[in-house]
Amino acid sequence: MRKSTLLCAASLAAVLVSPALASPAAAQDLTIAVSAEPSALDPHYHNLGPNNAMRRHIFESMVLQDEKQRLQPGLATSWKPLDDTTWEFKLRDGVTFHDGSPFTAKDVVYTVCRIPNVENSPSSFTVYTKAIADMQIPDPHTLIIKTDTPYPLLPVEVSTWGVLSAAANGVTGDIGFSREGCSGTGDYPKTDDFNTGKAAVGTGMYKFKEYSRGDKIVFERNDNYWGGKADWATVTFRPITSDGPRVAALLAGDVDMIDKPPLQDLERIKSEGFQVAQGLSNRVIYLHMDQEQEPTPGVTGTEKNPFKDVRVRKAVSMAINREAIKERIMGGVAVPAGELLPPGMFGSTPGAAAEEYNPDAAKKLLAEAGYPEGFGLTIGSPNDRYINDAQVAQAVAQMLTRIGIETQVDAVTASTFFKRRNQYEFSMYLAGWGSGTGEMSSPLRALVATRNKDKGYGGTNRGRYSNPELDSLIDQALATVDDDKREKILQQASGLVMADYGILPLHFEVTPWAFRKGISYAPRTDQYTLALGVKPAN
Amino acid sequence: MTDVLKDTETRDTTARPHWRASPLLRFGAEFAESPVAVAALLVTLLLALLALFADFITPQNPYDLMQLDIMNNMLAPGETTFDGEMTFHLGTDDQGRDMLSAIIFGLRLSLGVGAMSTVIALSLGMCIGVLAAYFGGKVDAVIMRIVDLQLSFPAILIALILLAVLGKGVDKVIIALITVQWAYYARTVRGTALVERRKEYVEAATCLALSHRRIVFRHLLPNCLPPLIVVATVQVANAIALEATLSFLGVGVPITEPSLGLLIANGYDYMLSGKYWVAFFPGVALVATIVAINLVGDQLRDVLNPRLKR
Amino acid sequence: MLVYLLRRLGQSLFVVAAMAVLVFVGVYAIGNPIDIMISPDADQAEMEAAIARLGLDKPLWEQFFIFVGNALQGDLGKSFVYSTDAVSIILAKLPATMELAMLALVFAVFIGVPLGMIAGLRPHSLAGKSIMAGSILGFSLPNFWQGMMLILLFAVLLKWLPSGGRGETAELFGIPFSFLTLDGLSHMLLPAINLALFKTSLVIRLARAGTREAALQDYVKFARAKGLSSQRIVLVHIAKNIMIPVVTILGLELGSMIAFAVVTESVFAWPGMGKLLIDSINLLDRPVVVAYLMLTVFMFIIINFIVDMLYCVLDPRVRLSEAKA
Repeated sequence: MRKSTLLCAASLAAVLVSPALASPAAAQDLTIAVSAEPSALDPHYHNLGPNNAMRRHIFESMVLQDEKQRLQPGLATSWKPLDDTTWEFKLRDGVTFHDGSPFTAKDVVYTVCRIPNVENSPSSFTVYTKAIADMQIPDPHTLIIKTDTPYPLLPVEVSTWGVLSAAANGVTGDIGFSREGCSGTGDYPKTDDFNTGKAAVGTGMYKFKEYSRGDKIVFERNDNYWGGKADWATVTFRPITSDGPRVAALLAGDVDMIDKPPLQDLERIKSEGFQVAQGLSNRVIYLHMDQEQEPTPGVTGTEKNPFKDVRVRKAVSMAINREAIKERIMGGVAVPAGELLPPGMFGSTPGAAAEEYNPDAAKKLLAEAGYPEGFGLTIGSPNDRYINDAQVAQAVAQMLTRIGIETQVDAVTASTFFKRRNQYEFSMYLAGWGSGTGEMSSPLRALVATRNKDKGYGGTNRGRYSNPELDSLIDQALATVDDDKREKILQQASGLVMADYGILPLHFEVTPWAFRKGISYAPRTDQYTLALGVKPAN
Repeated sequence: MTDVLKDTETRDTTARPHWRASPLLRFGAEFAESPVAVAALLVTLLLALLALFADFITPQNPYDLMQLDIMNNMLAPGETTFDGEMTFHLGTDDQGRDMLSAIIFGLRLSLGVGAMSTVIALSLGMCIGVLAAYFGGKVDAVIMRIVDLQLSFPAILIALILLAVLGKGVDKVIIALITVQWAYYARTVRGTALVERRKEYVEAATCLALSHRRIVFRHLLPNCLPPLIVVATVQVANAIALEATLSFLGVGVPITEPSLGLLIANGYDYMLSGKYWVAFFPGVALVATIVAINLVGDQLRDVLNPRLKR
Repeated sequence: MLVYLLRRLGQSLFVVAAMAVLVFVGVYAIGNPIDIMISPDADQAEMEAAIARLGLDKPLWEQFFIFVGNALQGDLGKSFVYSTDAVSIILAKLPATMELAMLALVFAVFIGVPLGMIAGLRPHSLAGKSIMAGSILGFSLPNFWQGMMLILLFAVLLKWLPSGGRGETAELFGIPFSFLTLDGLSHMLLPAINLALFKTSLVIRLARAGTREAALQDYVKFARAKGLSSQRIVLVHIAKNIMIPVVTILGLELGSMIAFAVVTESVFAWPGMGKLLIDSINLLDRPVVVAYLMLTVFMFIIINFIVDMLYCVLDPRVRLSEAKA
């Protein structure tokens, strides 16, 4: 009996020790477990967070976004508007692709030509290239871009797509740029060619080494990188989508770093000797209200649509205890929001504070608006998209119920939620918006501008809020190339929509990363997990 | 243990002749032969009563948002509200819901869904099975092919896809559970009815020129009941487990009216950080329910199935 | 015999066709994958363009006929998310699920058969009664909760075993397997136990019933009369006879095991086919869901077909009655 117990213990000990033995952490290698896997290594296949983060290791842009999403020189050393519709980009000398061919303006033209020609792309990068009307190459390291109208967002949009090598993809002659289809480009590489590594030739700090879907993506150091030597000889990304096992992998020493550790596990991670870095993200969690349909489907007890009345919208905002949501639901890891873009980013208003919690005033206001008894409401929310999304929606439901709006939560998986939201099934819904361009025009244009297909406004304005004054301010901002002037207009527009309670911001997500001792990571507002930003600590 | 056995055996011999007069009483006595089964029956009844009177016995109505306060969330078992007004004996969940109340209400939902889907599936399957047996031939062949087909696929997979299509909701869960269950009853009834059909009383009824309907529903069906009761008991337990699993996978009941399965699912996120109570206690309630019903079903089978009798 | 075979084959083909329609229409109704896959930055024009690129602007019947046309050539479509052949995505996950199911089967047989035989030989002993009570518990424990409790006990409290994931893999014939490394095995243990528990209960019941029945058979009585040791009777005569139903049923259950792996894989984050199915449903990756279901239908039909054949070969009564009909 005793012997077998001993044996048991011994084999268990062996099991216990084995992960430690197998652990990597040779000082030159970095292993990161990520919560979401890119759908492909093709930089232009799918405009989605995980893809955009991963491609930055291999493919670079003319303009880079740093960890605060400020624009920095990348493959272009400088850029400036020559007139309202013409931009000049000066390209960096002495940059080579992973195959040794030199980087020139032709490669940028080739990239813009390829972007609309990706087969089966579920979300194309054409949204960021369609403003480009024409491109000229006065010399190999100068690029002139023409737009139809004044277009201040061009440098930001240029930063969203990575540059391919024309030569590596078999282009020998000149390329003639045309929006309708370029000439001289030959056959474009297929998405699978990037996944196998054949076409994964960029200028980035790391080179493609191995990709096995669902298992790992491995990069190795690019010794000829223009920006100096990379910190790691190899970098391995392992997708571990479930929260628990991802944390366990870090604690067991299988990986050096993980992204998105669940908030409720942060204490435990720290107590076991690991480090957590967290930073404000560009993502705002907001409530949108149906301001179009009458009666509106999710409201009971009244024939009218109460959200058409600004007093009701304001009452709802005042009824929400944002501080309590932050403390109790988000574990203190969030920042109550008074705007759609976090403080410090382009176009945000300095000192914009979150709405004061005041249920009594909210009740009074509700009575004033003609709903002394309140009404019934159903809030729509996804339950697997944002940090603790369904819990936040339920907390909001509690708070609204307290001022007399009897609230139910209809929390469903993201796929169903977006489908139903886009069919205007919700009178109020909770969702999030991450500002990819890092400036106020992004949330304003998408969330509160009047829906307009031609202008591309209101794409996510599923409350159908409409304010002509706001629309004209956005028009004006988007045609103002001067940064200072544009920021003033954006601040004015943001103030306008906040005063009108057109949309109710709840909080900004704070993104945590957890890693072993001995490395550091600068938190990024775009929530990307980049090996480029992981440094060995001194 | 041997003593207990002897005890029951002696009770048998003395009790049996006495009860022989009434079949129902005899049935009761045979059921009572197993003390475990009796205990299980009592537990089942107790749980049913808890569920039935949930409104009156729980300290809180977990569905009424007025009574919840997120300031009380994730409290460990035994802690009280900040003003000390109420003690949470089993702790609270992420919304500040009293787990004890949530479990009793969740029990109501789970039992209700299980019972409701079983009753409907039973009626449906019974009609289809008896028709197949009575008419035989082509009708029988077609119906039984469909039954075989459905039973050859795992219930969980059918229900999962069905709910992914239908969406969330108590009614939809019931529809899915009926869809995966009716075939069991159809097959059981058909098997029994085929045997019964050959018996004299049906022949007699046919000779009397009674209508099909009368023969099927007044004569054939009542005689097929015993095996059905056994299957139904076990299926209630299965239905409850399946509902819990579907809710755990995120396609079951809505989040604001949690069944036991959904309560457990909510606790999954907190388990690794040591906040065990959100998942643990609802699980205990769920297991107790299912085990109790299964034990009752097991004993029913032994009593009602003469082949297994000693 | 041949007629019987052909008729079963015909029925199977009909089933495949019927399932194809049901699955396709059902999955089609779930939602629009573009809603969830497209970048929030995209405007309405880009949204429509993306829908057209994936062929989702065509009417349902047209999409269905394109699907059928491709399926007949063995192509079940390309994943919307990965733009890769759906079948190859699923097959890449197959080894993980299969090795888990196989280990679970091994557990079920090697634990279930001996226990069931004990319970069958001594139905009134303490051991026999405890085993049967245990088997009821095994039937009753909801798979997902039982998995969570295993994690809570062995991973969180005792810290003996990892809580999830697949661990290290080693390649055999170019396919990565976990059972070849110690780390991988330690990751497999909990999910395999979780998957096995239900089937173990089933095996116990089968073995018990088989043993009880066999113990009364003439050949056992005869063997006993011949003076064979009871050990030999149990191990040779009875065990051999109960293995037939056990193996048949387990063969049938392999399919349901793979289906039930959906739950276990979700709890233990095991990157197998079941997890893929759940993820694909959440992402509305229709081609993968449809391909998964079609593959499952195929698998079940083949399993059923083989079982029918076996019955037909083994049991002359089936052959005769089918021949008459």
